[in-house]
Amino acid sequence: MTFEKIREQAVSEWKALQSSKKPLLLVGAGTCGGAAGVFNVLQAIEEELARQKVEAIIIRVGCMGLCFAEPMIGIVKPGRPQIIYGDLNPELATQLVKDYLVNDNPRSDLAMGYVGEGTVDGIPYLFDLPVLKPQIRLVLHNCGFIDPEKINHYIANGGYSGLVKALNMSPEAIIEEIKKSGLRGRGGAGFPTGQKWDFCRKAPGNDKYIICNADEGDPGAFMNRSLLEGDPHSVLEGMAIGAYTIGANHGYIYCRAEYPLALERLRLALRQMEEYGFIGDNILGSGFDFHIKIKEGAGAFVCGEETALMASIEGKRGMPRARPPFPAISGLWGKPTNINNVETWANTARILQKGSEWYASYGAEKSKGTKTFALVGKVERTGLIEVPLGITLRQIIYDIGGGILKGKGFKAVQTGGPSGGCLPPSMLDSPVDYESLAAAGSIIGSGGMIVADEDTCMVDLTRYFLTFTQEESCGKCPPCRVGTRQMLGILTRITQGEGRTGDIEQLERIATTVKQGSLCGLGQTAPNPVLTTIRYFRNEYEAHINEKRCPSLACKNLISFYILPEKCQGCMLCMRNCPTQAIAGGKRLVHVIDQNKCIKCGTCIDVCPPRFAAVTKVSGEQIEVPLEPVPIGSSA
Amino acid sequence: MPDELAKIVAEYKGERGALIPILQKVQENFGYLPEETIAEIAKSCGMSESEVFGVATFYAQFYFTARGKHTVKVCLGTACHVRGGERILDEVKRELDVESGGTTKDNKFSLERVACFGSCALAPVLVVDKDVYGRMTVSKAKDTITKYE
Repeated sequence: MTFEKIREQAVSEWKALQSSKKPLLLVGAGTCGGAAGVFNVLQAIEEELARQKVEAIIIRVGCMGLCFAEPMIGIVKPGRPQIIYGDLNPELATQLVKDYLVNDNPRSDLAMGYVGEGTVDGIPYLFDLPVLKPQIRLVLHNCGFIDPEKINHYIANGGYSGLVKALNMSPEAIIEEIKKSGLRGRGGAGFPTGQKWDFCRKAPGNDKYIICNADEGDPGAFMNRSLLEGDPHSVLEGMAIGAYTIGANHGYIYCRAEYPLALERLRLALRQMEEYGFIGDNILGSGFDFHIKIKEGAGAFVCGEETALMASIEGKRGMPRARPPFPAISGLWGKPTNINNVETWANTARILQKGSEWYASYGAEKSKGTKTFALVGKVERTGLIEVPLGITLRQIIYDIGGGILKGKGFKAVQTGGPSGGCLPPSMLDSPVDYESLAAAGSIIGSGGMIVADEDTCMVDLTRYFLTFTQEESCGKCPPCRVGTRQMLGILTRITQGEGRTGDIEQLERIATTVKQGSLCGLGQTAPNPVLTTIRYFRNEYEAHINEKRCPSLACKNLISFYILPEKCQGCMLCMRNCPTQAIAGGKRLVHVIDQNKCIKCGTCIDVCPPRFAAVTKVSGEQIEVPLEPVPIGSSA
Repeated sequence: MPDELAKIVAEYKGERGALIPILQKVQENFGYLPEETIAEIAKSCGMSESEVFGVATFYAQFYFTARGKHTVKVCLGTACHVRGGERILDEVKRELDVESGGTTKDNKFSLERVACFGSCALAPVLVVDKDVYGRMTVSKAKDTITKYE
């Protein structure tokens, strides 16, 4: 079948779905939707549909990125735009079926917004919502709107037209097109993609490989997972284009085993490509052969580094090696290899579909296009976002993220995962592009963006990152192997109240050595969290070391919990819930915490009714309280 | 056991870089990597046992002892960390009376801490076997785990 025939079929299938006489339900069934309980919601909907004898078409879509509002569903009634409902539970969903599908009341009180043609009274256009307005969805445009398990949905929305276009171009012309788009590697380092392809294409040898790096290991990042789950074909189309351009007949996808749904979707997508002849021998009659294999990671963060990743594909310990030779000359099995990140591959498909000019019209001067970020931590609206490069951190955190959770104060945003840095409030107005973040001591990285508020201790957060990098250091280079352990030791001491004068300077010295003396990105960047927090949050280090005080009240060894006698109403809730029976008290008695038994889990603060708010947390001070429970009112 | 092992090994015969997929399949089948399988795997891959062992110990995924019936994983990714993942881990440790990496005396649960599941927007996250639970709290953690028989 020619591509034109395939496309016609796909478009008519898509149109038939859109103009179906039956209502269409789009269920956000990515991993996060599942974790938020969407399958219970779906079950309730199916039961209610059966009870009401309403026939509907249900499709499972990927993540739209509005994770804070999960579980979500979209409903399209014939002739109406799609209405998106969030924060559902089985009861609300059951009611929604009755109200909207049976009685035609769209329940604007439950709706987040609508998409598509037409309007609905009282419901805003979805992309006008503050969370979506600053976003531009070039890569994620299909996520949440198509069935990722149907290749025809992808094709009907422009999919694989980029591959067809590429197959009719010369490889040189494709490289020129990618160069003109300004696309830079989205895995973190930001190397110009067109140039990278060019190196590998020009490398001598006929046996070449391409690799998709889907080993998204940065804690706090899930952009690649969402894209692979929500629109796997976009990544595969990009790979096929890249393979043709470079002249590679073999491709690998290295995906971490923690992403079972993404792996399943990729396997299915590959089978569908094969059926249509988009992969295999003689792709679409072009004479070009290309095959893809999927390799599952086995749990090693360092395998995100390209040379370690290739060692892992070869069945070895995933340890990085020195470059040069660069993978473009000698990579997998010693052959020229081009390796790109999931998002980079998907971007190349879009560039071929829509043209480099279109792509380059978004973004900043030296950082073209868009970037996806996982906006998480202490923000009101967590989720997966896609923004034009050059947007400010403030726009991301406040406009899209809705500001800090519970109205607390913003302290820092961590970008680039364990390789990145923590940026303070003074950097809120700096643009998010490769150069600006590097100048601030951090990196764009793969796209994790974790927001910390006033309750997050920066020394403790740094200790957390070093725990991670120390465990994940492969052990090859002593500066990284020994240095991360030493830095972790010092940081642990500081957070335990055993910091010493000179610790900060010592940390800086070790950090600099590790940065300079390590072979791969893991070691070279592991000190970044240490260096940026010392640069921007030195006062927190000093409070821990000099005053044995944790200003954020987070470090367990430096905090104490007290029950305030003037506020305690003797309700016994904290006493009953304390896991170590550290609280003495009784009815109408002021409760007392035994400081020796207290493990500082914070349960008492959580359960104390807010109207009493009798439990307090302090650091570096003692509060005068009775030693034994006393009748309420007697101690004052 | 030998039959199953032979089947797995045969499936990858002649394939380059097959060691890790073989180890993964063996673990999927037996729940861990029994010591006696290593020699057979080494032979089929044309490697020494120490090389196979070297690869298997490098990756966090592989175990050399039997695991509990259920695996409880507490996520300590960055987002989970800032939203209190450590408190969840403490509670699970207390509830199951086991350290992370360990297995309960009745072999019912193995406890692990994991760097990131990629469900960060729902932090903190707890995973039991293949079920992902988001927006976890200290009090919900106990009920979530005790549901598993």
